[in-house]
Amino acid sequence: MIDAAPLADAGARRRRRRRPPTALLKHGALLLFLSLMVYPLVWMVVSAFKPAHLILTDPGLIPAEVTFENFQEGWYALNRPFSLFFVNSLVVTVGSILGNLFSCSLAAYALARLEFRTRRLFFAITLVSVMLPMHVLIIPQYIFFSQLGWVDTYLPLLIPKLLATDAFFVFLMVQFIRGIPRDLDRAAAIDGAGPFRIFWYVVFPLMRPALVTTTIFTFIWTWNDFFTPLIYLTSTDMYTVPVALSSMVSAESQQGIGMLFAMSLLSLLPVILFFVFAQRYLIRGMVTSGLK
Amino acid sequence: MATAVKSRRSGPDAPERGRPARPVSPERRQGRAAYVFLTPWLLGLCLVTAVPLGASLYLAFTDYNILSTPNFTGLDNFERMLGDERFWAACAVTARYVFVSVPLQLVFALLLAVALDRGLRGLAFYRGGFYLPSLLGSSVAIAILWRELFGHDGLVNDALAFVGIEGQSWLQNPSTALSTLIVLNVWTFGSPMVIFLAGLRQIPEQYYEAARVDGASRLRQFWHITVPILTPIIFFNLILQTIGAFQTFTQAHVISGGTGGPVDSTLFYTLYVYQQGFRDFDMGYASALAWVLLLVIGAVTAVHFVLSKYWVFYGDD
Repeated sequence: MIDAAPLADAGARRRRRRRPPTALLKHGALLLFLSLMVYPLVWMVVSAFKPAHLILTDPGLIPAEVTFENFQEGWYALNRPFSLFFVNSLVVTVGSILGNLFSCSLAAYALARLEFRTRRLFFAITLVSVMLPMHVLIIPQYIFFSQLGWVDTYLPLLIPKLLATDAFFVFLMVQFIRGIPRDLDRAAAIDGAGPFRIFWYVVFPLMRPALVTTTIFTFIWTWNDFFTPLIYLTSTDMYTVPVALSSMVSAESQQGIGMLFAMSLLSLLPVILFFVFAQRYLIRGMVTSGLK
Repeated sequence: MATAVKSRRSGPDAPERGRPARPVSPERRQGRAAYVFLTPWLLGLCLVTAVPLGASLYLAFTDYNILSTPNFTGLDNFERMLGDERFWAACAVTARYVFVSVPLQLVFALLLAVALDRGLRGLAFYRGGFYLPSLLGSSVAIAILWRELFGHDGLVNDALAFVGIEGQSWLQNPSTALSTLIVLNVWTFGSPMVIFLAGLRQIPEQYYEAARVDGASRLRQFWHITVPILTPIIFFNLILQTIGAFQTFTQAHVISGGTGGPVDSTLFYTLYVYQQGFRDFDMGYASALAWVLLLVIGAVTAVHFVLSKYWVFYGDD
């Protein structure tokens, strides 16, 4: 790549005379590897616009003819417009985001700032529950929610978020609040603000980066989540996008590949868009918390 | 409770206002407020986490199947596991997946992070490109893509044919089906890579300069400076990815159509729990299986922590 511009520093230039070719080599290798990694995605994009019979017979990247019929067919493959599943996914995702922002920030503020006897214990519980596999809870949860008559509603997906059960985000926010100077709290306290007003007017607005990270990761995880909706959502009209896609897989034979690709591609678009526009926050959030 | 809190809190944090007789002291107010703030969390802890955890432990010792009331059956479920071939198949599949894909993934993550470190032009571009797969990797859409990639007429066979190798049905062949999922997990090395990159940035440039002065090669610099300093981060990534890999479900479900086939070669442990619990509604047995998973994850994590004493290097000792 041309990127490997020589350094301005004259002294360094002599030593670095050998650098440009190595740097070029490195860029070449990296680009090659990157293309290899991204190639499957590109193949999916291209295939989505290919006539179904050409997808597997013509592996090239430039389609002989471009068609939108995969999208048209796929959109109604489950006998209802696919937009229904997008709306369902959006409802669940937005609900989860709001739930996490509300409940996790409240819990995190108490754990990070307020003095009470069980604080250390509660914080330890938060840490441990980050590691708890959900499979060990899902059966009793299912029994419990089905007794409440909540199966085939979004409540089993949303209520846990409203109750701060995504311990990872509690942890993330506690760590963040610890970095906010306590002097701000004290100043507000001297002015007569109690814990609630300190939280709402001082800490919460300053937590913005942590809230953004929480929003992004809740979005991506909820949007991609397959296991929980698979268990709780039984009627097709309630399906979220991943469950709908998966039921298309079992319904379709080989000839349906085109529309599977088309709908898969559409399902990935929101995540990719988020990635493009919020990459900075994503990377920062990852680095502070080690999330996936 | 209030007195205990009060006697502890007399430092600069809580300036005495000389009015001890106030009906509600600021400390006590804080304590009360804390529980108000924690109400959702406490409810969630009890109803969504603690009670279900206990309930599944109880169900593990019963024959509960949703239709009848649970009968206590002692250790029957655990005895059944010992003679259950599919249980052992699920253990073997999951173990192979975890212990092959996680190290491979971390090796890729570390090597790429090192390649991207130290003033490489276009860092953000590469980092973004390598990171994208890990955002998408757990989705149904990518699992569908993988099905087609490794299908009989898929891209992988096309590429092999191009270099003259005869392809095969990777997903229909029990000895290769799991490998395709291992490849999928390795493909998502971007998230540990980003964490490694952040760690690399903390290493002072002087260490490398000193090593260069002493004539150390790039390889020796990597092996004797980069790796030791990064061990805490390697450890962190190892724990995180291992726990995640044990719980892989979506990819296995989509690729095998929910069966775990061919011949149980992609029967991931969580998929087997799902089949027992939500397809056969054998919820007692499924709970026992889930608890074994919890114990295994706990044990593996504990072993990692014990072993970490021998290879993780924390700067100050």
